[in-house]
Amino acid sequence: MAVEKTAPAIELINVSRRFLSPTGKSLTAIRDFTMTVERGEFVAVVGPTGCGKSTTLNLVTGLARPSAGEVRVMGAPVKGIDPRIGFVFQTDALFPWRTVIENVMAGPVFRGRPKAQAQASARDWLARVGLARFEQHYPHQLSGGMRKRVALAQTFINGPEILLMDEPFSALDVQTRVLMHEELLRLWSEAKASVVFVTHDLEEAIALADKVYVLTAGPATVKSVYTIDLPRPRVVADIRYEQSFIDYSRTIWADLKEEVETSYARAAA
Amino acid sequence: MTDAIVNISTASFRPGTSDAEIEAAAAKAAAHRRHAVTFWRLGILVVFLGLWEIAGRMAWIDPFFYAMPSTIAGRLYEWTTEGTSEGPLWYHLYVTMEESVLGFVTGSVAGIVIGVALGRNRMAADIFSIYIKVINSIPRVVLAPIFIMILGLGLASKVALAFVMVFFVVFHNAFQGVREADRAMIANARILGASDWQLTRSVIVPSAMSWIFASLHVSFGFAIIGAIVGEFVGSRYGIGLLINIAKGSFDAAGMYAAIVIVMVVALGAEYLMTLVESRLAKWRPQPLHETQ
Repeated sequence: MAVEKTAPAIELINVSRRFLSPTGKSLTAIRDFTMTVERGEFVAVVGPTGCGKSTTLNLVTGLARPSAGEVRVMGAPVKGIDPRIGFVFQTDALFPWRTVIENVMAGPVFRGRPKAQAQASARDWLARVGLARFEQHYPHQLSGGMRKRVALAQTFINGPEILLMDEPFSALDVQTRVLMHEELLRLWSEAKASVVFVTHDLEEAIALADKVYVLTAGPATVKSVYTIDLPRPRVVADIRYEQSFIDYSRTIWADLKEEVETSYARAAA
Repeated sequence: MTDAIVNISTASFRPGTSDAEIEAAAAKAAAHRRHAVTFWRLGILVVFLGLWEIAGRMAWIDPFFYAMPSTIAGRLYEWTTEGTSEGPLWYHLYVTMEESVLGFVTGSVAGIVIGVALGRNRMAADIFSIYIKVINSIPRVVLAPIFIMILGLGLASKVALAFVMVFFVVFHNAFQGVREADRAMIANARILGASDWQLTRSVIVPSAMSWIFASLHVSFGFAIIGAIVGEFVGSRYGIGLLINIAKGSFDAAGMYAAIVIVMVVALGAEYLMTLVESRLAKWRPQPLHETQ
């Protein structure tokens, strides 16, 4: 076996995570979870709603600690918040009292870059996401898709080597979502980051990712892993009509469907 | 098909429905509404003051106790031109304002700082919350005699009373505002690289600002209450003293005149506060109006 020079970007090794509910009961969100994300790899995680998908991301950021098992980032165990990580949230996490450009330059300024430098870099990123004209707007003056682009610029400006995305586009309408997929793939191919993309939308996962992890109904563990061998660069708007995409979709859905049904039956019971 | 097209085109050219006409009509309606509001506001004031005046003159109510708008206006005129029996009106007003403003500023700064500090530190909040609850249960005005005994008849006792009136209101709102700060936003700031202090300064405090401002609106009024109650209990100058003296000499017009002065000042302060807030809160879709 060849010894790898570079450790994988993210490793979760037999990780479990328990929460205390407000009434003091212990709840298991994920159990014996093992996942490896290579450098530059785009991994999508799908699973039924509420199964603990987001928890996996919080473990990688260091915002949450595993109850058992080990989480490694770039070969080293996670201790606190890693500056090499970027995170795009499901909800709107922009600062509403800051203008668009002030939002984008927040990261570099927090990290101690001089303000003028941060501003120049923010301008550059806003141009890349097509929002150069909206520098001085406030978030509430933008549409949902534009706010998401600001959020992407805000994350990418820090040059993350690892990008974690928690259902980032789930609040957008379908047309905007496809545009955002294109945008994300373009930014990702330039930035060469490793991505973990959590979603409940299987087609989104297949269209974007190199690998799709299917999780079980909660407590989540990995049910199966599919390698998506579709050529890049991909055109997200068209790829869904290709036969190989449909085949992947059918296979993985058959797998995921059981878990969704289990989860649904549990919620109904 | 052709029928439909004909209908649409005739509909869009119906007289009085072009964009310009509709806009003009809407602007006219809005102006009309504004005028109606102003008219009724003034009308109600005039009717109220008129009835009061007539009731006093016809002796339906005893002017000795209730005064009349004309005698109140006369007293205000006399105070502004000739001064009060205790010296110039402006000096009394200045003293009361000085006490209120000092109490307001110190009370709100302390309220914000301690509110944010306890809001950020759950352990400290759990420990101190019981004491704050206990102290908060004291009706503030009963502290007036104590402050006057300790701090004397001068400025300090009134400022202290205004301070305690303001502090708790601002503290509670700052604390609550910090607690309500959006968790995703906080997580976002931390992952973007914010240190604890940066997080507090550039995320927590701004997001608590609308809560804090809601309390600042009411608390300037509270600061005035503190100052005036302090002056009632013991002082050498101030609007509260004027009211007290008017009470002692059964000068109803003097009491109402002092109340009018306080009203005008409080409304002015409220107006200034709204101006400041709408400047600071230009990022918000709609500025919040006063809470109460």
